[in-house]
Amino acid sequence: MSTTTVGGGQSSGAGPPSGGSGRQAPTGEVPSLRPSSSRIGERIILNLLFFAAVVSVLTTLAIVVSLVIPTIGFFREISIVEFLTGTRWTPNFADKDYGVLPLVVGTLWTTGIALLVAVPLGLGAAMLLSEYASDRMRRVLKPVLEVLAGVPSVVYGFFALFFIGPVLLDGLLGIEVGTFNVLQAGLVLGIMIVPTVASLSEDAMSAVPSALRQGSAALGANRMQTTLKVVFPAAISGIIAAIVLGISRAVGETMIVAIASGNIAQVVSDPREAAQTMTGFIAQAATGENAVGSLAYNTLYAVGLSLFVITLVVNIISIRLVRRFREAY
Amino acid sequence: MATLGEHARTQPLGRARGGERAPRAVVFLLALWLCLFTGLVFLLVLLVQILIEGWPRLDANLITNYSSLLFPERAGFRAAILGTIWVIGCTAVLAIPLGIAAAIYLEEFADNERWYTRLIEVNIQNLAAVPTIIYGLLTLGILSLMQLVLDFQNRNVVIGGGIALALLILPVIIIATRESLRSIPAEIRAGSLALGATPWQTVWRQTLPAAVPGIATGTIIALSRAIGEAAPLLLLGAVVFIRSDPSGLFSGFTAMPVMIYSLVSQPQEELRTTASAGIVLLLVLLLLMNAVAILIRNRFQRRW
Repeated sequence: MSTTTVGGGQSSGAGPPSGGSGRQAPTGEVPSLRPSSSRIGERIILNLLFFAAVVSVLTTLAIVVSLVIPTIGFFREISIVEFLTGTRWTPNFADKDYGVLPLVVGTLWTTGIALLVAVPLGLGAAMLLSEYASDRMRRVLKPVLEVLAGVPSVVYGFFALFFIGPVLLDGLLGIEVGTFNVLQAGLVLGIMIVPTVASLSEDAMSAVPSALRQGSAALGANRMQTTLKVVFPAAISGIIAAIVLGISRAVGETMIVAIASGNIAQVVSDPREAAQTMTGFIAQAATGENAVGSLAYNTLYAVGLSLFVITLVVNIISIRLVRRFREAY
Repeated sequence: MATLGEHARTQPLGRARGGERAPRAVVFLLALWLCLFTGLVFLLVLLVQILIEGWPRLDANLITNYSSLLFPERAGFRAAILGTIWVIGCTAVLAIPLGIAAAIYLEEFADNERWYTRLIEVNIQNLAAVPTIIYGLLTLGILSLMQLVLDFQNRNVVIGGGIALALLILPVIIIATRESLRSIPAEIRAGSLALGATPWQTVWRQTLPAAVPGIATGTIIALSRAIGEAAPLLLLGAVVFIRSDPSGLFSGFTAMPVMIYSLVSQPQEELRTTASAGIVLLLVLLLLMNAVAILIRNRFQRRW
């Protein structure tokens, strides 16, 4: 391999490291890779690497700036009170109203239904994999379950619209639903986030020390009792983190709801009806032709910022909880 | 004479209320299996259903023809396939070097006690969970800025799609690369440093080559996620039916998942069949990529 990429300080690099002061790490620990001498080439490379890591922070900043500026433009024309408390969302009609509540309610419906599916299925699968399955079974079953997360969401949307609604709900279960409805979107959304819930909960349950299981067995409990009364409570913060991450996925998912839950923004009280979600609105209203600075363009960003804030809060809760369960044992 | 140890091994420990064979315990175990199998059955039904629907359209026209509303029975994914290749190429060029470099910094050089290292780490965790459609909004903003400097009219350009998807998968690549680097034992680094290599020589000639299988696996999985992603591209306006091949970074494009979405929104029955056939195409591609990723992991990954 050529060494030309390494740069200036490289040519003299064949000799023993000079001095080595501050290098001696206590035995058993990883020696620090921080340069002890000032080689220019090494420094340039280190700075480039640091810059690459900083790009992620810049991305977050760029997201915030790019969302906030058009949103300010939006609130110059529409009052923030109307946006947050209005119950009619009709930016595409002649009589325009900008109350975001119908979109929020639509999002709550799809997310709620998704959780009703994903929490039991995900936890059940996690308990099976963590407490009952042998190593070999786990090695086979886990990747297969992960495939569910790898299927593109547009495929799930297609399946929800043409199969779950008309064939499963209407045909087999006899639930009368419209072509577009919240129920079919939520059910499929739930299946999509099962791997998210299952995989993180399994990590949390596997992290519970086996001494607790052995203690429970020694007291005469069988595996079901050990799983439900010892392992589950011990892993609870990790499990909640998994569910919270699932919520964040469900709130932010776009294609399933854009295809299957319809694009009528209305406050629904029945999951068999159609309703638009926040992501669904952005997908439907974005045509790539809205002029920068127009109200239609700014509206996208106002909804986008609301979505970003909601998921950010949810994510921070999840990250905190994960850290707590990692520290517990 | 049976010793106590043998006795303990042959008798189940749990005996309370009938032990493992108690009716409630058996029902519980069955319920757990049901949970796992619901997901798998769902997946199976989905695959079979889509294969059956798309079967009549799985022919050469599907790949070589442009999309057409007038002749839906001959419509194809030519522009979408080429568009996906262009955009994913762009994504790979942007995201892979940046992601690997960031991961090397965080894993090999960063001081975990510093506040900015922690900020970067929390930030990457957060970015990994930002809704994908937000990346579309961000890219729309970036493209509006680029339009001030460069001269292009249409915002639905290949480079736009590449930027959106690259930013989207960057956290995934960083996390996978870090995990791969972390699994390389410290002795390799210590040995290299002891022989007089500089820190960067150690990374470039020892640590990184040893981590390549893990990085390749993570990168392929990240790219396969990008291929299936439609939401951010929708915002650029990639829905329009395009009847020409993309020819450069600033030419208009459509991509496979976006094309499928726009076909689903049309009322014609034939287009639904075409969409199913397109989904089969997309899933086969993703399956191949994942198979390659697993193959690399199983064949080249060393256990230390």
